[in-house]
Amino acid sequence: MGSGTSTQHHFAFQNAEKAFKAAALIQRWYRRYMARLEMRRRCTWSIFQSIEYAGQQDQVKLHDFFSYLMDHFTPSSHNERDFLSRMFTEERLPQDSEMEGCRDYDCIEVPDSYMGPRLSFPLLPDHATALLEAFRLKQLHARYVLNLLHETRKYLVQLPNINRVSTCYSEEITVCGDLHGQLDDLIFIFYKNGLPSPERAYVFNGDFVDRGKDSLEILMVLFAFMLVYPKEFHLNRGNHEDHMVNLRYGFTKEVMHKYKTHGKKILKVLQDVFCWLPLATLVDEKVLILHGGVSDKTDLELLSKLDRHKIVSAMRCKTRKENEKQAEKGKANQTGSAGKPSPWFLPQSHSLPSSPLRLGSHKAHKDSRSSSVPCSIPPNPQELSRQVRRSVDLELERCRQQAGFPVIKEKKEEPLLFSSEADSEAGELLQPTQEEWRQVVDILWSDPMAQEGCKANTVRGGGCYFGPNVTEQLLQKYNLQFLIRSHECKPEGYEFCHSRKVLTIFSASNYYEVGSNRGAYVKLGPALTPHIVQYQANKATHMLTMRQRISRVEESALRALRGKLFAHSSDLLGEFKKHDKDKTGLITLSDWAAAVESVLHLGLPWRMLRPQLVNSSTDNMLEYKSWLEDLAKEQLSHENIQSSLLETLYRNRSNLETIFRIIDSDHSGFISLDEFRQTWKLFSSHMKIDITDDCICDLARSIDFNKDGHIDINEFLEAFRLVEQSCSEGNASECPQATNANSGYSRPDAH
Amino acid sequence: MSRIIQWMEIGTIIRSLGCCPSEGELHDLIAEVEEEEPTGYIRYEKFLPVMTQVLLERRYRPIPEDILLRAFEVLDPAKRGFLSKEELIKYMTEEGEPFSQEEMEEMLSAAIDPESNSIHYKDYITMMVIDEN
Repeated sequence: MGSGTSTQHHFAFQNAEKAFKAAALIQRWYRRYMARLEMRRRCTWSIFQSIEYAGQQDQVKLHDFFSYLMDHFTPSSHNERDFLSRMFTEERLPQDSEMEGCRDYDCIEVPDSYMGPRLSFPLLPDHATALLEAFRLKQLHARYVLNLLHETRKYLVQLPNINRVSTCYSEEITVCGDLHGQLDDLIFIFYKNGLPSPERAYVFNGDFVDRGKDSLEILMVLFAFMLVYPKEFHLNRGNHEDHMVNLRYGFTKEVMHKYKTHGKKILKVLQDVFCWLPLATLVDEKVLILHGGVSDKTDLELLSKLDRHKIVSAMRCKTRKENEKQAEKGKANQTGSAGKPSPWFLPQSHSLPSSPLRLGSHKAHKDSRSSSVPCSIPPNPQELSRQVRRSVDLELERCRQQAGFPVIKEKKEEPLLFSSEADSEAGELLQPTQEEWRQVVDILWSDPMAQEGCKANTVRGGGCYFGPNVTEQLLQKYNLQFLIRSHECKPEGYEFCHSRKVLTIFSASNYYEVGSNRGAYVKLGPALTPHIVQYQANKATHMLTMRQRISRVEESALRALRGKLFAHSSDLLGEFKKHDKDKTGLITLSDWAAAVESVLHLGLPWRMLRPQLVNSSTDNMLEYKSWLEDLAKEQLSHENIQSSLLETLYRNRSNLETIFRIIDSDHSGFISLDEFRQTWKLFSSHMKIDITDDCICDLARSIDFNKDGHIDINEFLEAFRLVEQSCSEGNASECPQATNANSGYSRPDAH
Repeated sequence: MSRIIQWMEIGTIIRSLGCCPSEGELHDLIAEVEEEEPTGYIRYEKFLPVMTQVLLERRYRPIPEDILLRAFEVLDPAKRGFLSKEELIKYMTEEGEPFSQEEMEEMLSAAIDPESNSIHYKDYITMMVIDEN
């Protein structure tokens, strides 16, 4: 019996040991599997982020392009001059009195058939809640949009640059990050956390618009709640609350699409409202909430005092130096009155006064573009005389130019067509100083980094990277506890850094792709301790396992990456050839990785991504030509990459779109063939793209389907989008448009 | 780009380079590459030679499919071909180098067949291995 027990014990022990070892083995294997999954997730993330930031960089390059043109380009013909002038006329900031005067939303009729919310002011809490409900199905009538925006502006004007909030009034305060047009996320936050109320304060930290499809609805809801609960509901400006950025990232498009008749007016008011948004919020003098970050030069006192309204856009900074003001004053006083007041001096005109020559180049359906828009309420005499003087200066300058006199440049080159030049004292009120502009851009565009120090944010093209010491310095200087900022998408919706002194909070879940990331908001409890709540506003993803979620997002990222690779086919070929001196047609895989990085500059781990991007390679060697051809086949199912023009346009389509939208200043959606050609010529010479004029003409003509001399911007760009889409969905029926854009295919009715 | 990472990310890196260490082996490795005064960060300059050695020696080789299968079979002496959800949880959280709650939930979400509430380990392994490649 005894020996039996010990044998039993022995077996039992052995079994237990075996079980232990077996379990350990399974766990070891599983952890490795998960680690590799995590690595794939991070690669995917890098892809999305680097493509996103490269796009932002592009935007800044565009700004540099304009600056370059303004400083160096001498228009060689009357057409070019006009064209340039339209591109560069600073949209004049409407004066307060003008804005008050433009209450013409009162004239807008709301038909009985309109079933959406009808607002009246002052707003009641029920109105705000009703908006939230209504937006699931209906669109708010333009009249109410404008009304709401005007009331919002009135309210914002009297707020300080840095809002000071105290937690003794409301019990809890919730801070939300970027929403980027994702209304579902906003609705979810209010559902989960509760609607705003005197007991429940909210701070929304910028980037309400762009990318997502419901940017305008989000603004309506946020503004409505702000008007209803002014003491408890606070908004900070983000870098996307900027009309130049909106041109590129979709908000402008969204507004024009949803409000065809009044969209332009709405955008104009919005531009102004954005400038009036506060720059930061300070809670209990301890927690500073702002959109981007800080720099080693951040000066909260200066930020409190400057006129934030002057910072229209981070993308255009024509600043004045003190000493120039005198010179311009002198110049202005010398001019006689070369013209007399006439309707085209009125506030709405934001292009140059029209000349007989220019009027001739306009087509019938572009009437709205001309500058003679009579205002319903006449300006007061003081206003009028100021405008007269301004326009006189402009007119004089144009005459000078037409006569062939050299452009007058003072110490710093500034374009004559800029309104700031012509305005003397009116102008100086409208322009920030270099320092002020910089302070604001730093607040809106900076990102934290792990290393100490402070350096320029070259990835974004604006603001800086700030290290833990910069944070520490700022917190100490102003006796703060920590910073809350947004601006960067994080997989978990939030991230602490700098020893928990900086919290990034990002509230747009599934930002890059369904399943890419969670959103989060933070509640500040007693003693201001942060409490994070995460969510993901898409039920479908809950059902998927992590593996499936990552696969989906990964596929999407890889598709985007392949698109980028295709767009640089010619450059890549050139680079590959450099590695293939013997002309064997083969290169090593490490050469491939080096070449790709030197062309794309995305800083991605190409070697890790290689298995996903390169299907066929034998003995570590790659036949690069056929790889590029395969890539092209994927991207354009029926075209191949012989047309380098198409490829170049494709690569630059975001930039092109932005430029087009700037030229199309009345947002009509059309630009003339001539303008298209000129745009392309200017752009390509700056970017050193080598395309012949003939090619451009052909392309332009082929895009103009109905041969009326105008190009519908959206259709042109749609061609590219459809090509992308058709390849991923395998939808052949949409491909024909790509043909049109590419080969100068002429339709039967063309001659 | 900073050439430092936090120590908890070392495991991910090592595993994605093809190694399959146990938690214990991982901790030993971290001890080798840490600073004398542990700052919580690992420097690349220190990591590279150690990792190169690991790879050259082919340490911590991954587990072949058949060995993995046998491990599951040890836990299933009755040779039913599956483990119940409770059994899996018990083994994974009480034996070997136990899973955290998060790890357990994640494994369950993919492994457990909701109808039978059990894991058919042979199919599970096949699925995971395919997915990797």
